[in-house]
Amino acid sequence: MNNRISVILTQEKLDQQKCYDFVQDASCGGIVTFAGTVRDHTGGKEVKQLEFTAYASMAVKELTKIAEQALKKFDILKIAIHHAEGLLQVGDVPVVIAVSSAHRKAAFEACEYAIDALKESVPIWKKEFFEDGEVWVNAHP
Amino acid sequence: MTVNTLFFGIVMDITGERKISFDLQKEITIREFQEYLLKKYPGLTDIKIFAFAVNESYVKEDHQLQENDVVAVIPPVSGG
Repeated sequence: MNNRISVILTQEKLDQQKCYDFVQDASCGGIVTFAGTVRDHTGGKEVKQLEFTAYASMAVKELTKIAEQALKKFDILKIAIHHAEGLLQVGDVPVVIAVSSAHRKAAFEACEYAIDALKESVPIWKKEFFEDGEVWVNAHP
Repeated sequence: MTVNTLFFGIVMDITGERKISFDLQKEITIREFQEYLLKKYPGLTDIKIFAFAVNESYVKEDHQLQENDVVAVIPPVSGG
């Protein structure tokens, strides 16, 4: 695998520092990180917890493609995209993205590109649990 | 022709299955396979859009399935 890319899909709790440390480099003037967090409400309803399931083997491939595209499109040095699977509680972190670059603009753009692309194409699904039931997010667009 | 099929998310809930092998009479495209699935699982018509992956890559509707392909039925994703 490309040594400028770190892609992880895990049942474990994500370690944000690990993403940061992976992209950190003396040649870079900035690191942009994005942490997705479990929100306690959606559409006015209280969310109790979320469950993430994935088509793991394909999800890792798609995440890697996104990281490769980010390296191509933007003048960045390294990118880490880590995503969690399983049951997460309010405040937990299902996704962390870190990008380093010599100049900050490229890192901001690449980070936004990566999270947008992830939400678009990576085969991972989120189920929201409410007091009165549960629902697959986006299942009925 | 045998096609190994994986279901995820709401599609798994509707079909009640995670993984099924279908024995098809002839070689078919993804579009035909989708029609086949909709007949077999009418509940799937509630989902407006889903994608298909063959052997872990997204494919278009006119993609021709091959013997022993692994087809994943992918409802709208919601990671992140």
